[in-house]
Amino acid sequence: MKDAFGLPQSLLVLGGTSRIALATARRLVARRTRTVWLAGRPSPALDRAAGELRALGADVRTVDFDALDADSHETALGKVFAEGDIDMVLLAFGVLGDQAHDEREPSAAVRVAQTNYTGAVAAGLVSAQALQAQGHGSLVVLSSVAGERARRGDFIYGSSKAGLDAFAQGLGDALHGTGVHVTVVRPGPVRAGTAAGGRRTPWECTPEEVAAAIELGLRRRAETVWVPGALRVVMSVLRHVPRGMFRRLPLLL
Amino acid sequence: MSAPRTVPVTGWGRTAPTAARLIRPRSYEEAVAAVRQCGVRGGIARGLGRAYGDAAQNAGGAVLDMTGLDRIHAIDADDGTVLCDAGVSLHRLTEVLLPLGWFVPVAPGTRQVTVGGAVGADIHGRNHRVSGSFSRHVLSFELLTADGGIHNVTRGTPLFDATCGGMGLTGVILTVTLRLQPVQTSLMSVDTERAGDLDDLMARLTATDHRYRYSVAWIDLLARGAALGRAVLTRGDHATLDALPEGTHTRRHPLALRVSRLPAPPPVLPEGLLTRRTVGWFNELWYRKAPRARTGELQRISAFFHPLDRVPHWNRVYGRGGLVPYQFVVGEGREDTLRRIVGRIAQRRCPSFPAVLKRFGEGDPGWLSFPVPGWTLALDVPAGLPGLGRFLDELDEEVATAGGRVYLARDSRLRPDLLAAMYPRLDEFRQLRAQLDPRGVFVSDLARRLAL
Repeated sequence: MKDAFGLPQSLLVLGGTSRIALATARRLVARRTRTVWLAGRPSPALDRAAGELRALGADVRTVDFDALDADSHETALGKVFAEGDIDMVLLAFGVLGDQAHDEREPSAAVRVAQTNYTGAVAAGLVSAQALQAQGHGSLVVLSSVAGERARRGDFIYGSSKAGLDAFAQGLGDALHGTGVHVTVVRPGPVRAGTAAGGRRTPWECTPEEVAAAIELGLRRRAETVWVPGALRVVMSVLRHVPRGMFRRLPLLL
Repeated sequence: MSAPRTVPVTGWGRTAPTAARLIRPRSYEEAVAAVRQCGVRGGIARGLGRAYGDAAQNAGGAVLDMTGLDRIHAIDADDGTVLCDAGVSLHRLTEVLLPLGWFVPVAPGTRQVTVGGAVGADIHGRNHRVSGSFSRHVLSFELLTADGGIHNVTRGTPLFDATCGGMGLTGVILTVTLRLQPVQTSLMSVDTERAGDLDDLMARLTATDHRYRYSVAWIDLLARGAALGRAVLTRGDHATLDALPEGTHTRRHPLALRVSRLPAPPPVLPEGLLTRRTVGWFNELWYRKAPRARTGELQRISAFFHPLDRVPHWNRVYGRGGLVPYQFVVGEGREDTLRRIVGRIAQRRCPSFPAVLKRFGEGDPGWLSFPVPGWTLALDVPAGLPGLGRFLDELDEEVATAGGRVYLARDSRLRPDLLAAMYPRLDEFRQLRAQLDPRGVFVSDLARRLAL
């Protein structure tokens, strides 16, 4: 059960090896979370992630989950929800793809779209239904600032996130008043690796920063979380920049 | 029975909403039917929703709104007992009983609680040293249990002790027989004094509290330095008829309940109205306005006991984010812990309106009953205060180390593993529940969160 600050006692991570998800799980385990389910394709990385969270004192279990196999979601996630209430579902899976390569190979581009969008639609709906049945819970969806406006450099990924973002917003409205709360998280570019060094852009963020913003969003029952917060203003300006000018803007984001 | 609606439900603190089917039984038969049909996610009784946290919420299950069962069945005006439905509010009870010369035996900070809720949370008032908590005045009650049976529960039985303070988890209380407090007038004779700091306050409370039936101190937790813990003490007793001035309207109608009401705050207020600065100003003004020392002032019962009842929906001033209450008790001899916690809250600059400090007397038999002899401090803090969760966790540690406990009716965030240390009879409570309600029909968000 979540407490007055929206902190969950049980957490289900879809995309159990996502760096943002793990940073968030670490943060929540340090507070109230005692049960963590990591859903993902079986891999050493998933086991490592489970081991790391276990070392922090959480009861961690993994579950086979393939975002691309939408038909299996109901069974895979049904198993998790049958074990007890899940206070928070973190929908964190997604692939960046390789824009140049994917443009040449449409089937690869479709896979990006299927993972990030259709996979998330299936998993999102399955989770929403289960959460609604228990009458409470947070569904936190990792979107991206790239979905806010299509850009030359990453529009395949961006368009899949745009779809996910719109889906999650609508789902949030559909679930309003059911005790289930949907939060859409829009991080800026997340810094690769943990290597030290300055930020490439002012909007770059670390997984830990995203995790902190998610914890704050839970407390505030926020519907949209921008990381960093200033991106909200920046993007509302960029959204209105004329196409011709937008095309020529350096790829800052 | 009204058709159940699925609605988001919160406590008075307006945090952590969850959805439940709201059922409002209008008869005992409907209540029995509701309990029998509450489904896999169970049900919980709810009164007027004044518990701050999630005690009367049940995510995905049923919430039984008991305010539809609100009849006062019998009053023995000679003996001072009343038999009433659990859904009757203390306000209604006061309205009816006061003209007959009787008052509720324990008056909490609001009249807007039901009798059933008062038993379930085993509420206390400013007379705890003298009169104990609410359940001490309960002669018996009828309890609707998980099997759909109705039991008459009398004092001294395990079920009685588990239900008093049991947060509604043993069943649904249907009726309560209550012993009352005789009064001659509806006024209070009140002594007010200021205490310049915490030591001064505790010295005054220790030295002269025995002279009063009711005693409470309001502490300004934003005051620091030499003024740390400065407070206003208000203590008194029911005014006798002789104390009322001759020939006045009050003297001619000594037992009338008089209440006044201010307009409610608008339903939507921006968050962040309550900052250190605004609350600090309020506290400063409030402290300076209080008389240094005044004795024998006549106050209405409503003004003395329930100042916040004047403002309906006062919890709205905390904005959409809601408020987090904190109330703990530490035993006699643990004044050092109290001092340290007050110091930490002041240092932390929590924007808290004057907090309530009271002394508790002998504990009560309820297994999960809150009071133990000692000092209890209650404060409300805006939920949005950065770092509040961690800070309160640290205070919990101090409280638990000192052998104290926090109050479940005012909890919305306690760490579950501290509960057993705070409530040593928790295991017995769990066993009795497992026996009485093996399918777990009665469950609340509080019970889920703390594994009660």
